[in-house]
Amino acid sequence: MRSIRPILIARRAAALTLALMATGLAHAADVTVSAAASLTQAFKALAPAFEARHPGTKVLLNFAASDALLAQIAKGAPADVFASADQETMDRAQAQQLIAAGSRRNFANNALVLIAPADSRLVLAALSDLKQPGVRRIALGQPSGVPAGRYAKGALEAARLWGDVEPKAVYAQNVRQALDYVARGETEAGFVYATDAAVQKDKVKVVATVPTETPIRYPLAVVAAGPNAAAGRAFADFVLSPAGQAVLARHGFQAP
Amino acid sequence: MNAAESAWVPLALSLKVAGWATLVDLVLGIGLGLLLARGRFPGRELLDAVLTLPMVLPPTVLGYYLLVLVGKRGWLGAWLHEQFGIQLIFTWQGAVIAASVVALPLVLKSARAAFEAVEPQLEDAGRVLGLSEAAVFLRVTLPLAWRGILAGTLLAFARSLGEFGATLMVAGSIPGRTQTLSVAVYEAVQAGQDGVANVLVAITSFTCIAVLLLAGRLLPGRTLR
Repeated sequence: MRSIRPILIARRAAALTLALMATGLAHAADVTVSAAASLTQAFKALAPAFEARHPGTKVLLNFAASDALLAQIAKGAPADVFASADQETMDRAQAQQLIAAGSRRNFANNALVLIAPADSRLVLAALSDLKQPGVRRIALGQPSGVPAGRYAKGALEAARLWGDVEPKAVYAQNVRQALDYVARGETEAGFVYATDAAVQKDKVKVVATVPTETPIRYPLAVVAAGPNAAAGRAFADFVLSPAGQAVLARHGFQAP
Repeated sequence: MNAAESAWVPLALSLKVAGWATLVDLVLGIGLGLLLARGRFPGRELLDAVLTLPMVLPPTVLGYYLLVLVGKRGWLGAWLHEQFGIQLIFTWQGAVIAASVVALPLVLKSARAAFEAVEPQLEDAGRVLGLSEAAVFLRVTLPLAWRGILAGTLLAFARSLGEFGATLMVAGSIPGRTQTLSVAVYEAVQAGQDGVANVLVAITSFTCIAVLLLAGRLLPGRTLR
């Protein structure tokens, strides 16, 4: 008798725990969107607009650096839509056959900018100004895992300045972390997208628009193994619809 | 650069950071542990609770506290920067601060328990025999409490070695300067470099197992062979 009761209690506790956990799991009608960190505000605004048009469907948003999102999807994360900040990451997703054939579309353009803390007294107007000793640290996304970092490294290499910048580089895990480093004044300069700089416009100033070798064009696609492909397609369509594009434009993105 | 080579630099850095953090914690842990075990002052348990907070708070909360405190515009960081030109953010010293704050409770808790377990009669005997207070501490109290403190210290070392959240926020991820093992693992996984991640994860696991085994042998209540 004495040995049975603990088992009973443990069983009930396990059943209760599972029941509680199940309420937190994604429902069939939910659509999970994995989007690049730079899309945070824009997609948070897109989600309720989509939900209003598709009653009963809830949008679950997952933001990180594009490469991190790809790594999650490749390992079986149940995402329905993947929105990347660069073509290269989506190319890799396509090569690994992770996205539904024919679902890849470009939905927004952006620009890379050089920023400094709003109260910075350094004279920064061009990329070559990063060579001055007053610029001790420069924040940019980790080039191996963050598209914004790859764009920045590419632009600096093209300008033959990578050798000067690399020793000062502080690598961020996503573009918003690079933005935060500059906004807190921990680095004298940083590379982010124009739309990111606008998010913290009272704390950072844009000192130059950086020309990139390839235009910054955001692609999205429906994930092949996504649990809710129909809603995924509907969300992708909505992003490219006039209503979706208007939301993106309001957050500073250019039309593709 | 192959996976094994790229693992060596973060491993060396992690050992350096964890070593310094453990040293800082050992000194602070013994001092504060003794204060909490022997001191009789109002707010003693509150102080204990505050110093134990890093064990229960999410590392991101600690990272944010540290960022606000020692950041270039933080109230301590701004002073350090103006007076001495010291910037702790994005330096390995910043990583040491993060790791030592996170691991301090492990040394502190063990040290307090170890000091409380020392028989006061033994210390009194030392005093009767003419030892000064410092000598009583160094020749009676500390040797008796030593094993408990050492076990806590080894745990603190293992915890420092694995510290990630606060370190990433305070020290960033600069290869060769602040990119510790755990941060390197995170970055390798994010970039989809599973080969590098596998090597780093294996090294971290084996190091921590070794430390835990050693700590287990030193735990009070077991006989040393």
